[in-house]
Amino acid sequence: MRFSLIWQEKQLEQEINMKQFLVFIKKEWLHIWRDKRTLFILFGMPITQIILFGFALSNEVKNSKIAILNPSKDALSAQITEKINASRYFDLVKEIKTNSEIDLVLKSGEVNSVLVFPHNFEKDFNHNGFNKVQFIADASEPNTATTLKNYMSNILLDFQKTKNPNSVNPLQIKTEIRMLYNPQLKGAYNFVPGVMAMILLLVCTMMTSISIVKEKELGTMEVMLVSPLKPFMVIVAKAVPYFFLSMVNVVSILLLSVYTLELPIKGSLVLLMLESMLFTITALSLGLLISTITGSQQVAMLISLVGMFLPTLMFSGFMFPIENMPLPLRTISNIVPAKWYFIIVKNVMLKGLGISGVLKETLILIGMTVFLLILSVKKYKIRLA
Amino acid sequence: MNELAIKAEKLSKNFGSFKAVDEISFDVKKGEVFGFLGANGAGKTTAMKMLIGISTPSSGKASIAGYDIYNETEKIKRNIGYMSQKFSLYDDLTIGENLRFFGGIYGLSRPDIKLNTEKVLDRLHLQKEKNALVKSLPLGWKQKLAFSAAMFHSPQIVFLDEPTGGVDPLTRREFWDMIYEAAELGTTIFVTTHYMDEAEYCNRISMMVDGKIEAMNSPKELKKQFNASSMDEVFLDLARKATRTGD
Repeated sequence: MRFSLIWQEKQLEQEINMKQFLVFIKKEWLHIWRDKRTLFILFGMPITQIILFGFALSNEVKNSKIAILNPSKDALSAQITEKINASRYFDLVKEIKTNSEIDLVLKSGEVNSVLVFPHNFEKDFNHNGFNKVQFIADASEPNTATTLKNYMSNILLDFQKTKNPNSVNPLQIKTEIRMLYNPQLKGAYNFVPGVMAMILLLVCTMMTSISIVKEKELGTMEVMLVSPLKPFMVIVAKAVPYFFLSMVNVVSILLLSVYTLELPIKGSLVLLMLESMLFTITALSLGLLISTITGSQQVAMLISLVGMFLPTLMFSGFMFPIENMPLPLRTISNIVPAKWYFIIVKNVMLKGLGISGVLKETLILIGMTVFLLILSVKKYKIRLA
Repeated sequence: MNELAIKAEKLSKNFGSFKAVDEISFDVKKGEVFGFLGANGAGKTTAMKMLIGISTPSSGKASIAGYDIYNETEKIKRNIGYMSQKFSLYDDLTIGENLRFFGGIYGLSRPDIKLNTEKVLDRLHLQKEKNALVKSLPLGWKQKLAFSAAMFHSPQIVFLDEPTGGVDPLTRREFWDMIYEAAELGTTIFVTTHYMDEAEYCNRISMMVDGKIEAMNSPKELKKQFNASSMDEVFLDLARKATRTGD
């Protein structure tokens, strides 16, 4: 009899707890909903970023201005010129007459590169079976120059093959290059996972930490702590709305990438979503940790931006290849959660790998999340005592 | 029945070697308006934090509404209300939403919340402003509303931490009317304040100096004891003894 009473009391308590939890979440939604400006930024940002990175900011070089110096003026060189001009990478804007002009047009910025044909191009080509052209590029922007060089080599190689399909040189090592998973070398393949990591970090880490610290500043946190709400429940209830917002953002980014940027999702969508949820929880626990060590909204924002956003940008491999970094920086990159999420998204989305292919990264993320959660709950308790 | 709302025995809180609260002992009877006075840095807030369960005492004993502050904090939390100096309402929620939220976290049922909200709105003459955002209210109203929010779940004891900071004398007077109403209905009021005229309104006062309770009695008796004409004099007399500087 007594036992069943205790049990009933327990159940009643759980019911009340659940009710309190829902009341709290509802209040959080109201906060978010009332703050239309922040809401607009939260949903507008991923869309703007995808459009910006997809169409405006791109590593691809299109319609680069080129000048041609062609003293031969024969049919073969004309054909090559025609092919270059027809490609979407180059735009023939000028034909120059003398060597001295080369420096001039590059310096003035009229063109980014110059292609120089030798005298008697076709005649020598037919006679020797090969010939040379010179490609001069403005390398003050090294990435662009390298890209242009590659484009030009490909065009010329392609042209050569159509001209001379059976040419077999017995002493030649031929490299056949295949760009796997991203045959067109589209920039979108790299930045979509990067943008996803950034948005999730921003929404979860920054917004959660700010909204918790805000309650501290307002004095309402103290009132919560005096109320029968369990402290941990307050924190979880704070995180729930942002978790859902993040999921909406993930879906909208994926929809945009698939339908406007024509990015494939080769792997399992379910796995991709699950991994995104995991990373969201990592980001939320980071936000939680930040909120327990700071007392003002400004500081929380600064830490989230400088402490989370910049490392994500630099060390996730999204902007700068990690392989090229010196060892200390490569080591640092390992503690940036976004790096692992970035790898996971790329592997699942673009390479179509299953869970076995991203197991290591997933486990690392889980480990980080557990560590961050334990640390912040500990810090939170110390603050309470 | 236990007639004491609060009972503290040699309650202390140390931060390292600093004794923020030094063995304070006092009782507060049910339905009493108890003023908790002291200069800044005397340890009022720390003492209050221990009583409301957000700070663990270093030593000593205390019970709130008959519940032990070490083992029964959950039960204490259900039976007390708290209003901090910052009024602690949500500016971006309406009056109705704020009250519903505070009712909700104390586990009140929906009909109860509705009923209590109507009562509060009637009492404060805020029926028309029910759907106005709290940020649009003048400070005095916010403060009365915050008190109503702290009282929303009909607690046995309500703790008020400098509740009348920064509002005009008329509003303060109205606020104290509300406090008396609550006390008449049997709620115990534990209030800290810096205003000595408010101290006169209390049934009993304790004065804290350097972490210790230096004097405790009714305002009338205290004035007699210190041979003073007003509470101001009593306060100054005691506060001058302090060796700690305020914050």
